[in-house]
Amino acid sequence: MLLSGESIPEACQRQGVSRRQFLEFCAAITATLALPTSYAEAIAEALEQRRKPVLVWLEFQDCAGNTESMLRASHPSVEDIVLETLSWEYHETIMAGYGKAAEAALDRVIREEKGKYIAVVEGAIPTADDGVYCTIGGRTALDIAREVCGNAAANIAVGACAWDGGLVRSNPNPTGALGLQDAVPGLKVVNLPGCPHNAANTAAVLVHYLTFGEMPALDPYNRPLFAYGQIIHDQCERRAHYDAGRFVQAWGDEAHRKGWCLYKMGCKGPEANYNCPTVRWNDATSWPVKAGHGCIACASPRFWDTKSPFYERLPHPAGFGVDVTAGEIGWTIVGAVAAATAAHGVGHLIRNRIHPLDQEGEETKKDAAPTEEP
Amino acid sequence: MPRVVIDPMTRIEGHLRIEAEVNGHEVTDAWSSGTMFRGIELILRGRDPREAWIWAQRICGVCTTVHALASVRAVENALGIEVPDNARLVRNLIAGAQNVHDHIIHFYHLHALDWVDVTLALKADPTKTSQIAQSISDWPKSSAAYFKGVQDRVKSLVASRQLSLFSSGDWGHPSYHLPPEVNLLAVAHYIEALELQREFIRIHAVLGGKNPHPQTYLVGGMTTAMDANEPEAVINPERITLLNQLVANAQTFVKQVYVPDILAIAGFYRDWFQYGEGLGNFLAYGDYPSASIKDPAGFLFPRGIILKRDLSAVLPFDPKNVTEYVTHSWYEYSDGDQAGKHPSLGETNPKYTGPKPPYEYLKTDEKYSWLKSPRYDDKPMEVGPLARTLVAYASGNEQIKKLVDGTLAKLNLPPAALFSTMGRIAARALEAQFMVDNLSAWVRQLDDNMAHGDVRIHNSEKWDPESWPKSCQGFGLEEAPRGSLGHWVEIENKKIVNYQAVVPSTWNAGPRDAHGQRGAYEASLLKTPITDPERPLEILRTVHSFDPCLACAVHVVDATGRLYSRRAVAV
Repeated sequence: MLLSGESIPEACQRQGVSRRQFLEFCAAITATLALPTSYAEAIAEALEQRRKPVLVWLEFQDCAGNTESMLRASHPSVEDIVLETLSWEYHETIMAGYGKAAEAALDRVIREEKGKYIAVVEGAIPTADDGVYCTIGGRTALDIAREVCGNAAANIAVGACAWDGGLVRSNPNPTGALGLQDAVPGLKVVNLPGCPHNAANTAAVLVHYLTFGEMPALDPYNRPLFAYGQIIHDQCERRAHYDAGRFVQAWGDEAHRKGWCLYKMGCKGPEANYNCPTVRWNDATSWPVKAGHGCIACASPRFWDTKSPFYERLPHPAGFGVDVTAGEIGWTIVGAVAAATAAHGVGHLIRNRIHPLDQEGEETKKDAAPTEEP
Repeated sequence: MPRVVIDPMTRIEGHLRIEAEVNGHEVTDAWSSGTMFRGIELILRGRDPREAWIWAQRICGVCTTVHALASVRAVENALGIEVPDNARLVRNLIAGAQNVHDHIIHFYHLHALDWVDVTLALKADPTKTSQIAQSISDWPKSSAAYFKGVQDRVKSLVASRQLSLFSSGDWGHPSYHLPPEVNLLAVAHYIEALELQREFIRIHAVLGGKNPHPQTYLVGGMTTAMDANEPEAVINPERITLLNQLVANAQTFVKQVYVPDILAIAGFYRDWFQYGEGLGNFLAYGDYPSASIKDPAGFLFPRGIILKRDLSAVLPFDPKNVTEYVTHSWYEYSDGDQAGKHPSLGETNPKYTGPKPPYEYLKTDEKYSWLKSPRYDDKPMEVGPLARTLVAYASGNEQIKKLVDGTLAKLNLPPAALFSTMGRIAARALEAQFMVDNLSAWVRQLDDNMAHGDVRIHNSEKWDPESWPKSCQGFGLEEAPRGSLGHWVEIENKKIVNYQAVVPSTWNAGPRDAHGQRGAYEASLLKTPITDPERPLEILRTVHSFDPCLACAVHVVDATGRLYSRRAVAV
């Protein structure tokens, strides 16, 4: 019988079966399956990989919000992911080891699991002034990221900061902070942005990777389509109110109590890609718009600079775009869903001329969007 | 002098490094260093003060929500806004749930492994564990079969030789003193606490939309629209029922698992009521208003100061007496680094002068941390659950006195035993119990208001920036799980011109000041016994007893005064 996480060769070894006997066993299986003999090696290799895949989680210029979010994973549960599904060998916030033993744990993974482990990165990476703004064990974050991520089989950036620098990179970016893909160019990184990431998505990506040996389909920002392929506005439970021209006008007003659309209160849902409305948060309990506050587009590129001010109605230049369609067309053609949707499309065309849009046509790709001078 | 270095200090939030001098199996000196800086301070300037909380909340994702609350309070204080009663209740509920949740995670997932040897659980007799469990608590998950199941889980983990998070632990360290049966009990509760925290925090999803980083604050109130007759209202009778259930589950867990576990473990580590005292000075701003935030007399946690462990006198707190030093921090003040500055006049000009990475040791006689050194009336202070408990105890708070005296009696210890590593741990658990009992009362009040037609959740009088004065300033104080937190804000022409945060872990984890006075961590480590300098587990015990939070502690949201224009800084 196999013990949890034990590979077949290990079980054989435990039961006194030699390596040679194990390979003979693989050859026999190959014959049984009527496969060419050359497959024996592949089968042996696959069986040997029954060990739990190793994962390391690095934290750089972070708030640990993505770590906390991971602890809220409910399907599969965090205890199953961390203790059973994977061997979660380095994660400063929750690992047993400390100091030298922690460093040794990371070194061991790089050495012995080279090219086989998953590296998760949380937080931005400072590049100014030789990286002195984040050191761990006396080494810079950049130094550690290069070594650990450069030797991983797969890299996952969780949260806005690890993706594109997030809040830490906001104007004027005092520490030269960058996301993983920019700090260590050439890595293949799957991005799971959000502030923080939603553990439901990250758990799904991990399970997909373990099952199929590859990452799920990605969008041009290397974000999984299943989580970032739709705009919030199109999945929103308050969408019918938008289409019908029913808007919250003041916090706590009757419309607010009835759950009407938050667009006029600054909601960025029409410019945000994420699956909050469908997966929700904390075991699918709620999400910000359900709780009465507008979306801040926290999974959009450089959202801190490009989507603020958060209480200002979209779009920022007054009198253009969606603003007009929602305010006027929405109110006058109440219930005419088709018309309102068409007008919404027009709004995007207008915005298209104001900000360059990405390939999905929804999110601004502008680098550091300027904020107003005081 | 042999120097012990712990970096990374794990099972905390953020990047902390401890360097300690160990002589004759005892710590003779210690230096605490924060090794990460984000410099968000410049970013808030020029922004809309109404959204400052969204940014400031990202100071920390572990003590999430606390910076959002301090921020809206600061802006409301500056603009003279009182929030409706329902907003007060929702805020108390969110902050109170955070307190309980944070304390549970801290004990089981960040701190317990300093006291619990996971591998020793394998040697336990599950029947005996069951007897112990049933002798200390009514918690139903206590059968021998249940503990056998947990033990099997640990067995297969160990047999796989892939121990995951536990792979690098100090197992077998001579300082672990629990019998195998109690280790097994603690491991079972480690796993149960993971489930509980995930479930309990749904209270933040209901009232905040999500956790981490709830998103329902507003300057002037909350977005949690209430209506007893609306299916889509954020708070309606169905949601109240859910809140009640979540609170009740947590209440049971705290009373039947968390507090009994602390008592059991403390009994085996009685010597840790002698180590780790530190400063003996305690500060609490107080929090959880029963009416207006301007009335500290109505706070659930009282405000005050205790000096030199004198519990006979609670001294008044005056925000004017708070200063911060950078003498040993990687910053420079425009008029020299020897004097402290009040937060409202604060400066944050980063200037790294430490060793070039990769490095082995810090230059601890010079500057050695990204944390500043806050002082009250020029004295270093400890903040946190122990400080709050002591201030409440010394102020004569009946509920707290009963909890503390009852616990001390069970352990047969005098009140002075609280000034210690284990005292900090016990105070945190008792505070969780005190807090969780109050949560249900706030849900009841909220329900009661709604039933009587009071659904006001936001004071919109000053929502429009046109209604604001040309310039104003204010501050918001709060008791976060780790201690006293303050935000200071200055508003001019509808924009933030200055923003400051002085946070709990800066008080506790900060370096020495101009007078050479140690911070709370540094002082508390003196005389810590060290069995094996290669594996200084004992240092973790005391540092973890403070529940460090370094992302908070590094002075992240702190404007540079008015030295530069935004444009000049951007260049």
